[in-house]
Parts: sequence; structure tokens; C-alpha cells
Amino acid sequence: MSDTLGRPPARLLIPAALGTLLLVLPLVALVLTAPWSLLGEQLASEALREAMWLSVLTATVATAICLALGLPLAWLLARVDFPGRRILRTLVIVPLVLPPVVAGVALVSAFGRTGVIGEPLREATGWSLPYTTAGVIAAHVFVSLPFVVISIEGALRSAHKEYDAAAATLGATRWHAFRTVTVPLALPGIMAGGVLAWARSLGEFGATITFAGNYPGTTQTMPTLIYLSINSDPEAAKTLSLVLLALSLAVLVVLRDRWLVTP
Amino acid sequence: MSRSLVTRVVPLALVLLLPLSGCSDDETELHVQAAASLTGTFQALEKEFEADHEGVDVKLSFGSSTTLAEQANDGAPGDILATADQQSMDLAVDGGSVAGEPAEFATNALVLVVPADNPGRITGFDDFADTDWVRCDDDVPCGRLAVSLLDANGVTANPVSRELDVKAVLAKVTSGEADAGFVYATDAVAAGDEVKVFDVPGAQDQLNPYFIAALKQAGDDDLAQDWLDLVNSDKGRTILTDAGFGQP
Repeated sequence: MSDTLGRPPARLLIPAALGTLLLVLPLVALVLTAPWSLLGEQLASEALREAMWLSVLTATVATAICLALGLPLAWLLARVDFPGRRILRTLVIVPLVLPPVVAGVALVSAFGRTGVIGEPLREATGWSLPYTTAGVIAAHVFVSLPFVVISIEGALRSAHKEYDAAAATLGATRWHAFRTVTVPLALPGIMAGGVLAWARSLGEFGATITFAGNYPGTTQTMPTLIYLSINSDPEAAKTLSLVLLALSLAVLVVLRDRWLVTP
Repeated sequence: MSRSLVTRVVPLALVLLLPLSGCSDDETELHVQAAASLTGTFQALEKEFEADHEGVDVKLSFGSSTTLAEQANDGAPGDILATADQQSMDLAVDGGSVAGEPAEFATNALVLVVPADNPGRITGFDDFADTDWVRCDDDVPCGRLAVSLLDANGVTANPVSRELDVKAVLAKVTSGEADAGFVYATDAVAAGDEVKVFDVPGAQDQLNPYFIAALKQAGDDDLAQDWLDLVNSDKGRTILTDAGFGQP
């Protein structure tokens, strides 16, 4: 390929190399400077196991909810023509650009104990989202859903609409076509959206701590535990980060067919 | 062609990677890193200081004492470090970032605050435990102090959340997201009408000492000393006392 097109120009190669360095160097430094001897001790700690389990649980449940809500929403944006579609798409993307702490404050305003929905809910049922594992999941869904919608919408748009039309001419209802034609064609995008949402949830910190708080076993996820360890035991923070890094790499392995082997 | 581009792109990229320093060269900056609970008082001191020192721009940054000490040890730019406990200052001393001897300049007591409308109908330290209350995490100074006082008073109840710093505890209370929280006396003063304050038994026996020191990487030692002098001056002490701090 490069033979027929000529040598890759330096003006592209140099920034590309700088970009790679900027991304890789901090992670390599983390791996090199982490106190590996403490890893065994860390892995055995109750706090780590609780936070790890909670992180995996909340990220997985949040991903399932994101897919259940995001797939129909993406389909609506990709396949149905209606007034206000562009506005809706913009609204869906907004949480992507929000600082997570702002997302947390917004969630408190809506679902907090004194929130627009949270207060009547608490008066009626005595129950509220903050300080609960459900609150952590809600924060994760809020920040991860846009990734799912964007990813799936892209997949739906590149999967040809004509197949849907063909299914319709063969007598399929729109629901039937959605299930048997649209979703299978967009499956790689749906999978990618799910993995992105899971990874985003796993690393979520700002919205979670602001909205759901921090208590071991109920709301303390890995990122919060790592942040607190920086205060008390910076070496431990590094080994905890390694564990999270290993999980992230596992996510990349899942994604490798889509991203890492792109020709 | 590509060579001239290299000579242009590489320096540009390096410049972009450098942390941005001050915008103007003729203004001296004094970087003060202080515990979050010093926010209001140090902002008042900043005004005093800048009024007395023309052309000096005081840059305040607030955070958890331990984080600030860690950052100082990692070489973060800073002239002054003020911590809300001794451990954090020891951390900075052990890390070799402190110039001279740290001095205790104020104390702070832990108090119990509830939102102004008191949704948990709390009447004092005796009946907060079964409400939705919050405190700092065990790993930060305000949490260590809270745990110590709760233990001393035989309280075994758990908070609904262990917040990352004292401002987060106060925010949970003032916003009505928590029925009660443990904050410093200064935070309670700062919150004014937004909270009702109750004493914590034994708090006066476990005062939180505040330490201040100039950092080794200080750009201008005289300027750093001026800041230390201001904090210990009558004016400085008045500002601290008005804000709810005790004298060491």
C-alpha cells in the first residue's frame, strides 16, 4: 500500500509518534513504578474485593440498562424521521461533554433527596437513590448511555436501510424487521457500544461520588477507592490502579476484532 | 521540505506540552497550597497580602492536605503549604519539600451540623446516629478526627456515606441530601444560616492543629516569609478567629 502511495510524510508521522508517546508513557510509568511486591497483599484486601465486585456489578447492570434503553433510542434517531430529531440527538450527546462532577450535581438536582423527582419519590416511598448501589448504577447509566447511542446509531446508519425496506416489502412488520434484520446487521456496533459503556462505567468517578456518595460495600467503587488510597497510601493506589488497568486491557481484548485488527 | 517542517512542528509541540506559566512577566506570583478548610480565610489573607505587595499575584489552590503534601513532594510548583493536620505536614517534611520548621498557626474543632430545616429533627449529639448522616472518609484528616471522637463517645452507628473531603460533607448537609454531618467549626461558620450547629462532646480535647511552612521550591523566600508573617500577625489572627478557628 505505502509503496504505491509513497513514503508516509514526516508531518504526519511526528505528531502521530508524539501522540502515541503521550498516551503510552504514563501507563508504562505506572506499570514500572508500581510496587509489584505489594500486589498479592492488595489483592487479598477486603476493601479491594468489595470495591472490585461492586465496580464490576454496577458497570455490568448499567451496561445492560444502557443497551435496553440505548438501542431503541439509537434506532429512533437513525431510522425514524420526526421533527426535533436533531435536537434530541444533541440532548442525548450532552452528558458526553459534561464534566462528570456536573453530571453528579445534575443527578442530585433530579433524583437527590431534595430533587425534583427525588423528593416526591422519597415522601411517597421513603426510598431514595443517593447512598445506594442503585444510585451508583444510575450515575453510570447517565454517563455511559450517550456512548451506546452514538455507537449503535453509527452502526445502524452504515447498515443499509434498504434491507429494512426489503423486509417490509416481504411483509415483515417494523418490529419484526427490527428484530430479524436491523439488530443482527448492527450487532458489531451494539457490542462495541456495550463494551464502551462498560469501560466508561468502570472508570466513572465524579458523578458517582457526587450523587451516590462513598461507602464500602454499597457505593465505593474502584476509582473512589483508588482516589482515597492516594491520600493514605500512594503505593497502594498504584497497585489498585494496576488492577483496574488490567481490567481495561481485558476490555480491549474483547474489542480487538473491531479496533485492534482494523486493516 | 519535511526538515523545515520538523523544525517548526517539534518546538511547537514541546511548547504545547509545557505547563503554561504566568501570562505576564512583570507580575510575581506566590503559590499557596492550603487545606480545603482554609478557603475563606486564605482568600481574605490574599486580599490583604496583595494590597501590601504591589505587583504580586497570590495564587491559592485548595485541596485535601495529604494530596497537597504529596503534590509538593512530587515537585508541584508552590511556595507555601498549609495543612489541616500534622500527619500531612510530616509527610511533606519527610518528603524533603519543606524549608525550615513548620509552625502551628490555628486549631479547628469538629462540630455536628444539620440543615437549617433539620429534616432529621436532631436535637444534639445524642440523637443523630439513626439518621442519614455523613462524615469524611477514614483516610482523610477530618474523617480520622470524626472516627476518633465517635469512638471516644461510644457511637457505633455507620454513616450513609464517607465523603472525600469536608466540603463535600458540608455540601451534603446544606443541600439537604444528608440529615447531619461532621465538619469543622470553621465550615459551620462559613455555612452561616444554612446549618444549625451542635457541639461534639470532647471536641475541645481533640483539636485539629493547622501547620504552615514555606516550601523548598519557593521562588522568592522573602515573599514566602511575608505570607507566614501575615498569617501570624494580629490582622491574620483576627481573620482566622472570625472564621471560627482557635488559637494554638
